[in-house]
Amino acid sequence: MALLEVRGLCKSFGHTEVLRGIDLDLDCGEVMAILGSSGSGKTTLLRCLNFLEVADRGTISVGGEMLFDGSLPAERNLKEVRKKRLHFGLVFQSFNLFPQYNCLDNVTLALNLQKKQSPDEINDIGMKLLDRVGLADKVGSYPWQLSGGQQQRVAIARALALSPDVLCFDEPTSALDPELTGEVLKVIRGLKGKDNTMVVVTHEMEFARNVADKIVFMSDGVVEETGTPEEVFGNPKSPKTAAFLSKVIER
Amino acid sequence: MFITVTQSLMEGFGVSVQIFGLTLLFALPLGLVISFGSMSRFKVIKIPVKVFVWIIRGTPLMLQLIAIFYGPGIIGKWAQQIEARNFLTDFLSSWAVIDRFTAVIIAFIINYACYFSEIYRGGIESISRGQYEAGQVLGMTKPQIFFRIILLQVVKRIVPPMSNEIITLVKDTSLARTIAVYELIWNAQEFIKSKGLLWPLFYTAAFYLLFCGILTLLFNFIEKKLDYFKG
Repeated sequence: MALLEVRGLCKSFGHTEVLRGIDLDLDCGEVMAILGSSGSGKTTLLRCLNFLEVADRGTISVGGEMLFDGSLPAERNLKEVRKKRLHFGLVFQSFNLFPQYNCLDNVTLALNLQKKQSPDEINDIGMKLLDRVGLADKVGSYPWQLSGGQQQRVAIARALALSPDVLCFDEPTSALDPELTGEVLKVIRGLKGKDNTMVVVTHEMEFARNVADKIVFMSDGVVEETGTPEEVFGNPKSPKTAAFLSKVIER
Repeated sequence: MFITVTQSLMEGFGVSVQIFGLTLLFALPLGLVISFGSMSRFKVIKIPVKVFVWIIRGTPLMLQLIAIFYGPGIIGKWAQQIEARNFLTDFLSSWAVIDRFTAVIIAFIINYACYFSEIYRGGIESISRGQYEAGQVLGMTKPQIFFRIILLQVVKRIVPPMSNEIITLVKDTSLARTIAVYELIWNAQEFIKSKGLLWPLFYTAAFYLLFCGILTLLFNFIEKKLDYFKG
């Protein structure tokens, strides 16, 4: 059974239907790249998974546990919502690091608030995560002292700290200067393994082709095509996918 | 003579500092409550709060002082004169003129809390949505997000407008003399009436300048302290 199962997810803002029945399956340890032009609903999909938006219809389940069911009344209990949210992690396009905390504190703040481990253990976790994203020498630096690429790597470490079942990336390199995207993509690639299941919304075609196990192409709020990178890049079935790919690869 | 004047002015200055301190002590937190009210999703809270802030910011503090000091007494008297008595008029007629100093403190707290609330609101609304969302996806509760992430960023942004307002408060304490609270200027004016001396009035400027100077240094210090992060 797939780790992440999304069925018939719909979301409208006013009269605009942004998601019109999304189905996704993702196995443990897999990386899914979501492609599509802007306005196709990619970001809204990630936001629904992370409960930053509440979908109107459809279901989301992780590891067989139903986290969201649009046919039931909305979850009013904030504590329950927070618990469900922790199955997912999200790395934002604009990093959203906390400016008043140094790198280590950014990574460990949530763990410190949960108080499930001792402060020493939490510090240890934080140091290991920063080391993993190649920033062991920046633990005491504040976000403004870092480059965009470094800030995004701290944000990745922060999202990993709570060890979410599914880690989502919302165009993690779109806010970066071109020469800085490489270091972030390298870190994401380095996370690939049986422990990390990831959903990456991206415009980096090379990255999607080389790193993802599964490509999802979205258009107008539906999954237009899904398959392995070879299938989607090599031989797109949908004319919309083909048109999109030829446009972005030309560039 | 100089020593007599200085002693008298020091006494008045003490009252001014008391008004200043008590106003800050209560208006700083009350302003936060009012700012939450004016940002509420619920119209039944938001609209009355906004109207209240409009009235307080739209009328002179001097008028508010007079209203708080004389208002209860006037209403109480009026309630006594009404023929049909009920529990409400009985309650109102029990109102009397309140203590002058208390009236000053109440008026100042309400007035300054409203000004502070607008500064807080501006600061809180200037923090990007992404900061809240980052806290949310990390499973933080609303109070955790506010107190651990948002608040310090707001404080950093509002230090300059708050320092302005607080320095204005130092000089606004002189309005207390409208209802005969013996603060700094009142005591100086007493020398005009009793001894025909004008200079004590101008001498008060030294007290205000000294106090505002100390506050300016304090605010510079706070700004420096918060300089370690940007955002």
